[in-house]
Amino acid sequence: MSFLDRSHTVAGPGFSRWLVPPAALCVHLCIGQAYAFSVFNLPMSKLLGITQSTPEDWKLTELGWIFSIAILFLGISSAVFGRWVEEGGPRKAMFTAALCWAGGFFISAIGVYVHNLWLIYLGYGVLGGIALGIGYISPVSTLIKWFPDRPGMATGMAIMGFGGGAFIASPLSVWLMAKFSTATHVGVAETFIVLGVVYLFFMIVGSIIVRVPAPGWKPEGYTPPVVAQKLITKDDVYVYDALKTPQFWLIWWVLCLNVTAGIGVLGQASAMSQEMFPGHITPVAAAGFVGLMSLFNMGGRFFWASTSDFIGRRNTYFVFMVLGFFLYCAVPYTGSVGSVALFVICFLIIISMYGGGFATVPAYLKDMFGTRYVGAIHGLLLTAWSAAGIFGPVLVNYIREYNVTHGVPKAQAYNTTMYIMAGLLVIGFICNLMIKAVHHRFHMKPDHEAERAQAEVAAVSEPAGA
Amino acid sequence: MQQAQETSIGLKLALAWAFVGIPLAWGVIQTLINAMKLFQ
Repeated sequence: MSFLDRSHTVAGPGFSRWLVPPAALCVHLCIGQAYAFSVFNLPMSKLLGITQSTPEDWKLTELGWIFSIAILFLGISSAVFGRWVEEGGPRKAMFTAALCWAGGFFISAIGVYVHNLWLIYLGYGVLGGIALGIGYISPVSTLIKWFPDRPGMATGMAIMGFGGGAFIASPLSVWLMAKFSTATHVGVAETFIVLGVVYLFFMIVGSIIVRVPAPGWKPEGYTPPVVAQKLITKDDVYVYDALKTPQFWLIWWVLCLNVTAGIGVLGQASAMSQEMFPGHITPVAAAGFVGLMSLFNMGGRFFWASTSDFIGRRNTYFVFMVLGFFLYCAVPYTGSVGSVALFVICFLIIISMYGGGFATVPAYLKDMFGTRYVGAIHGLLLTAWSAAGIFGPVLVNYIREYNVTHGVPKAQAYNTTMYIMAGLLVIGFICNLMIKAVHHRFHMKPDHEAERAQAEVAAVSEPAGA
Repeated sequence: MQQAQETSIGLKLALAWAFVGIPLAWGVIQTLINAMKLFQ
């Protein structure tokens, strides 16, 4: 399997770097299916009863754990396998992610067939979660190395794919289930098998296309800035040394707070819009609103990450925190004046910045810690996402519940939450403000440099064809 | 020779971007159709 080694993925002369973003998208569009997994929840709660749930059928609360386990393992695997991904190269990582992702679907299909939920927890939850973690970080450092002139745009493109994966998976899964379902059968197992095969094919194509640049390669006409920029290092920080820096933890909190604020409203957008505007926003219109939010979530990833190449990473997060603060504070006002249009505009901008936060962070890490271990450091940082995945929905749901049980009208039940979210962004602003350049004592020492040089010599000695 | 190489790279780029762009565009259109319900 030497074909998978980093040394066999070094680009030959004439290779176009613009082939790397579609390779990354092949992986991210597939693993982005995770956002659409909820389309299976209702059909899987009626596997035995077919038209309605029977007592032996799985409950929605039990099914909800599948996604939670997958996100948990996303955080764990990206942190644990980050260094392996970085050193093994993108092709090996993408190929492994493809096998795990497809394998997760196949095991889950067996789980549905024999009606064993634990097999689905293991398949989609554990194996699929590992694929999510490895697949998510696999193209990041490769893209940064290919696009030193536009790292934000490059990683934004890939991470946009993760947001867009659900757009494909959701209608495709519904269509496949409709095709395979009969009067006595729901068709989930067959859908899992087809999705597994399709995703395996797409992700393997991505792993075949991907290349790493030859050592010392630079884009044509690109000259690295001669004047050192305060917040952009030219040195590398070793993956585990990054954990010892305050910068890592400050960025961790910035990401965690930005995601907490966004994820909380993303999951509750449908219910929130209907409760804040009773009679104005119907369930059908609310579904349309959620769709529009997903589009802004995806578009924001590309827009904000590309913008960060011009205004800087720290300034981009300042925009998220300041603009987000005013928008969250404005939401209760839109409810009180009954302006649906203002409400929708506020949330669309908020959700674009939620996506933008994810997409801008790899370039932020590259600026702080260099390119050598940026993928692995990014992997460690994704634990912030797992934490936010718990904080965000809990904050929104429990505060709403508390308000409703204490007599607050439903239309105003979210006001406190909005102010708390705005408060979180103030903390995020302070954390971002405290981020300074990493102290030079954390930069890689000669022994690490020697290790790197050895790896680069090995890579050059066995170049692959373009 | 150089022209043939450029054509080959152009073709590879078109194929690679179509491979990911067509499914993504289809998904975006489906989502936009659903999103239009907000304005109905």
